[in-house]
Amino acid sequence: MIRPLRAMFDWFDRRAGLSAVLLPMMRHPVPRGIVGPMGWWYVFGSASMTLLGLQIVTGIGLALVYVPAADQAYESLLWLDYQQPLGWFLRALHYYAGSGMVVLVLAHMTQVFLHGAYKYPRELTWIVGVVLLGCTLGMFFTGQVLRWDPDAYWGLAVGGSMAGRVPEAGPTVVRLLLGGPIIGGDSLSRFFALHVFVIPGVLLAALGLHLWLVLQRGVSAPPVPGEVVDPATYDATYHRELETSGVPFAGEAMLKDILFSALVVIVVVAIAAIVGPKGPTGPPDPTLGGANPRPEWPFLWLFALLSLSPPGAETFIILVFPLILIGLLLVVPLVSNRGERAPSRRPVAVLAVVTIYAVLGALTYEGATSPWSPVMTAWSGDAVPIAMVKGRSPVELMGAVVFQNKNCRNCHALDGVGGRRGPDLSLIGAQLTRGQLIDQISNGTPGGGNMPAYGKQVSPAEMSAMVEFLSALRPDE
Amino acid sequence: MTEPHTDPAALGPQAPLPCGGEAPARRSFFFWFTALIGTVAGLLAGVPVLGYFVSMRKKRIEWVTLGPIDGFTVGETRMAAFDNPLQQPWDGVVAHTGVYVRREAAGEDGAAKFLVLAINCAHLGCPVSWFPQSGLFMCPCHGGVYYADGERASGPPPRGLFHCVWRTREDQLEIEAPHYPTLQDTLTDKQES
Repeated sequence: MIRPLRAMFDWFDRRAGLSAVLLPMMRHPVPRGIVGPMGWWYVFGSASMTLLGLQIVTGIGLALVYVPAADQAYESLLWLDYQQPLGWFLRALHYYAGSGMVVLVLAHMTQVFLHGAYKYPRELTWIVGVVLLGCTLGMFFTGQVLRWDPDAYWGLAVGGSMAGRVPEAGPTVVRLLLGGPIIGGDSLSRFFALHVFVIPGVLLAALGLHLWLVLQRGVSAPPVPGEVVDPATYDATYHRELETSGVPFAGEAMLKDILFSALVVIVVVAIAAIVGPKGPTGPPDPTLGGANPRPEWPFLWLFALLSLSPPGAETFIILVFPLILIGLLLVVPLVSNRGERAPSRRPVAVLAVVTIYAVLGALTYEGATSPWSPVMTAWSGDAVPIAMVKGRSPVELMGAVVFQNKNCRNCHALDGVGGRRGPDLSLIGAQLTRGQLIDQISNGTPGGGNMPAYGKQVSPAEMSAMVEFLSALRPDE
Repeated sequence: MTEPHTDPAALGPQAPLPCGGEAPARRSFFFWFTALIGTVAGLLAGVPVLGYFVSMRKKRIEWVTLGPIDGFTVGETRMAAFDNPLQQPWDGVVAHTGVYVRREAAGEDGAAKFLVLAINCAHLGCPVSWFPQSGLFMCPCHGGVYYADGERASGPPPRGLFHCVWRTREDQLEIEAPHYPTLQDTLTDKQES
């Protein structure tokens, strides 16, 4: 049995010559330190690639059923969710493997940065890696559009409005982005071509380059405090180390990669099976009320940053800031390609990572809770807390009715329930006098800030009642 | 005595060239001819293909009916939905667009007067909701608020809501089909707002 198989393999290999190419790759020496516990830091890159492979396979599977036409995408997604055997699972896996890939790419990038593995001679590997990060995020963004539900539709609207702010060329960029004068089938087709052909093409080409560079320049050894990178001597030192104590990659090192990738796949499959597919939240009908578009989780930090910025800085943050960030990432190996690699000797690098992740975490939390969004149903859905209406006079009760009816609750909470666009008014009676209340409600925020002027929206009788009610909201009552 | 005419390639790269030491004229001609044909091929294929990628459909002006004038009450604002004629034939429900119509008091000549506002917030395009109780439009995304006349009331929007061009024809209210409005490409570019 084995002999004929062996013979077939030999026939193939004598003509294709693959084993002459692949076997040396697998046996190429890596620093001995990777065999030890430090080697576990090296697994994130290959795990990202494993999830990429999963994305390609599940993506092809989805493309067998999904119809990228504006009037049929939603129906084809429902078919995948409810009729296609295991279609729901493939959709869920595609989403969570994609999320996992973003997490792992970031982990890989952070590890490479903290271990100084981007320094000489691997600067180009880092630069290509930044391109790969951009492609991964681009796949996430374009994939959301393909879900073609109200979130996707209004997400495109927001993207179009952002593009429209480009000076001079704004309208042209909007047309190119949307594929036409309105958001429609042309937009979906465009984003389908981006998600399935263009970005994967760039991604795979960059990945090939990235892997080639890793093979060419070798895997860096675990950093040792005191061992500095000196471009004049590094190559000789590195090759000497490999010759004296290097071990083949196809051994402990590859085993660590495979084990971690397997664990990641198990986790991602479990999440997909338990949580199920994401959306679509409904047909992409622009007239459906209650639309509250949110970007996908990797972009919540940018959403929060924009929402919390002063309006004057918005166009700069939308258009220029991302370019600055990408530029900073690209320039890292050019400004610090030598010196210490161990994180214990690089306090600036460690501080930068801690700060960046703390800021990203805080902004992501803010983006997820988005307190700046009015709660559109609070005025009719959140009753005035009972404690605030007990024992009130008739005019105060009327004031409470007016307060709700004028939609104030959409932005102002009472007892923590309601919108958080403006301050909670539970104790406003102790904070503003009647005159100040009338002034604030009538004229809004001075200078046209966050609160509109209600002077013309409220009759004098309604204003008196409302001010009576608000003045009664005090700690002692 | 003449030397045999040997194949130049067989003589190796350093060997002297035959025919008096100059490259034959046809080799140089062949090189430049190939360069020319190659350039022509590149331009013939490249220019139209690039043109395809960056070209945009001509802007069309189409009018769409929102309904009979009597269907709108004076002093009230309501949403009017229609299928945007600027759509592609396969757009489906995505082309089902809404605008806010406010019927105002009749003008001096007694003709019906309207204010038609696009649903897209002027900040970043999210759909605003009309609240008749307080007479305000509110945007769910970043808290932009507009008054009933579309003017900016508060929040991050840099301007008021986009106005649609409207007209009345035979007791029907019609508007110019709205493209996606942005700050530099409003629906009323020929006029102010």
